[in-house]
Amino acid sequence: MKLRLLAAALAATVVLPLGMANAADLEVTHWWTSGGEAAAVAELAKAFDATGNKWVDGAIAGSGGTARPIMVSRITGGDPMGATQFNHGRQAEELVQAGLMRDLTDVATKEHWKDIIKPASLLDSCTIDGKIYCAPVNIHSWQWLWLSNAAFKTAGIEVPKNWDEFVASAPALEKAGIVPLAVGGQPWQSAGAFDVLMVAIAGKDTFNKVFGDKDEAVAAGPEIAKVFKAADDARKMSKGSNVQDWNQATNLVITGKAGGQIMGDWAQGEFQLAGQKAGTDYTCLPGLGVNEIISTGGDAFYFPLLKDEEKSNAQEVLASTLLNPKTQVAFNLKKGSLPVRGDVDLAAANDCMKKGLEILAKGNVIQGTDQLLSADSQKQKEDLFSEFFANASMTPEDAQKRFADIIASAD
Amino acid sequence: MTGHANAGRPNQLLRNLQSKIATIPMILTAVVIFLGGTLWTVFYSFTNSKLLPRLSFVGLDQYERLWAAPRWLISIQNLAIYGVFSLIFSLVIGFLLAALMDQKIRFENTFRTIFLYPFALSFIVTGLVWQWILNPEFGIQSVIRSLGWSSFAFDPLYNPSIVIYGILIAALWQGTGLVMCLMLAGLRGIDEDIWKASRVDGIPMWKTYLFIVIPMMRAVFITTLVIIASGIVRVYDLVVAQTSGGPGIASEVPAKYVYDYMFQAQNLGQGFAASTMMLLTVAIIVVPWAYLEFGGRKRG
Repeated sequence: MKLRLLAAALAATVVLPLGMANAADLEVTHWWTSGGEAAAVAELAKAFDATGNKWVDGAIAGSGGTARPIMVSRITGGDPMGATQFNHGRQAEELVQAGLMRDLTDVATKEHWKDIIKPASLLDSCTIDGKIYCAPVNIHSWQWLWLSNAAFKTAGIEVPKNWDEFVASAPALEKAGIVPLAVGGQPWQSAGAFDVLMVAIAGKDTFNKVFGDKDEAVAAGPEIAKVFKAADDARKMSKGSNVQDWNQATNLVITGKAGGQIMGDWAQGEFQLAGQKAGTDYTCLPGLGVNEIISTGGDAFYFPLLKDEEKSNAQEVLASTLLNPKTQVAFNLKKGSLPVRGDVDLAAANDCMKKGLEILAKGNVIQGTDQLLSADSQKQKEDLFSEFFANASMTPEDAQKRFADIIASAD
Repeated sequence: MTGHANAGRPNQLLRNLQSKIATIPMILTAVVIFLGGTLWTVFYSFTNSKLLPRLSFVGLDQYERLWAAPRWLISIQNLAIYGVFSLIFSLVIGFLLAALMDQKIRFENTFRTIFLYPFALSFIVTGLVWQWILNPEFGIQSVIRSLGWSSFAFDPLYNPSIVIYGILIAALWQGTGLVMCLMLAGLRGIDEDIWKASRVDGIPMWKTYLFIVIPMMRAVFITTLVIIASGIVRVYDLVVAQTSGGPGIASEVPAKYVYDYMFQAQNLGQGFAASTMMLLTVAIIVVPWAYLEFGGRKRG
């Protein structure tokens, strides 16, 4: 696995100098390197190549935490790529304010992005001072629990229908030699799992109060204490899942070595690639089966300001290609995410995606933490939860105290 | 640099003019990049720079936050454990290997190559290799369990309280070869007559090493010490490759804190404050030593 990623990264550096030869070649950097993600990004490349331009793939292995610093330093260091992925929200905020990013307002007005992009908060996250700086490509929601039907069959119990049943089934799974909950070692995974638990257990309002209003008193209060209690359960259930990457953790669920995983809907691409079918091989529970609410974070492409005119034109073409209905369908089906336009036909979507679309249509949505918190506060949160999940001697009460401190100083 | 002696012209400035001109680029590099960069970093550590440096001063806020952060405290503690043990063990093991190598053994070249070979690998490769060796599912633990001892447990990288020693093992495996070579060079520089004299006097070999040879190798020891110490302070890639700071934050080190907060958290001010603290730590150790070594008495 590691070697393959390494090879991908090496290949990316080799392609780079070749890309400079033709003016309409556009280098696009992103961190989509797992199997399902790579299949999805190939769809984008295909659509862009069909316009006569050339997509030069600049995949950076090692997930967003590794990739973003490389992207940012290339842009600030004067070696910008043609386009780059970020999670829209606040990650690229300062780059825009420093005038390093391209204003896409013209393309957006011409193509009526305001009318087609649903929910509107996606485009709001791309908008700074009334100008649009990014093209959203998908909606990713964190609030999913993926369960392996095979694992529960081995343990001889029913597949749970919500978080509480899942917690109750943990002893039976453990007895059968199965890790109840797979959690990868990368810090963002445990921090994300906590956010999911918060929405499911404490509800939408508390979530907004804590992350939206940065209300310290709520963060230290009894509602969040319940969430920490649940996180403590999750910590006990995750003992023994000695993997790092999220897709390795998903793989434990696919192979039935783990009972379930709390992970965003991007995990779906992995199930699909492994040839598994929703409902028969695996079960998905949005909002952990408790509170059917999903967050609408996601990925977006940003376009650094370039001097080369031909490349700048190609940027516009790419921006409109990304939001093209056909591209949206092809890309999102492979990626397991939801399209950003409400007007495309997703008949080919599987059960889980349909559940997601339904929740989206009902408007049971919240903003993602990437949109609400700065990268700095996110990192502090990651430090706290990666420690909490790895260190069994850290009590939920202590952790909550530190959590409230982070929220108090968050920006 | 052939020393053109400009005989008859006592102008100090023009003496060895060519070599002075030749060193200008290096002096500029040192002043602008090292000194300038350092001052710039310290200066901006008093601001609240986020993704891009900006001049809005917040006093000592960044330092207060730094010393209140549990992750930073764990990093410092890890560096101390790693530093002390890697210093002691690489010197002791390195010297012992060199002393054994010095016994006019057969195939000395072969052994020397074997011991030095790990040093040719980068820390990233070393880290990955040891990550596999210490992984309970494929490494030492699984091999020994498959031999029949099924309760055997050895998984330092997944145990927060001993993970730093797992990293130490890999670092020693990689670094002791070089220490051995330096020591061996030092031992070879000891005059054969000293050994003959001590043999005539009937001094046992271990005593000769301890009380005569080691004091004579002072210069070699100091060089080695500087090389090991600088490696300790900047340890980063080994941790990233082996554990990425995990489990949790149990194997974090200061250099990783600096990188993560500067680039992942997009908080330059906090990263600068941490790197300034690292500089300060080094200065506290190096300055008194340099003063004793170079300041006190002139040595030949």
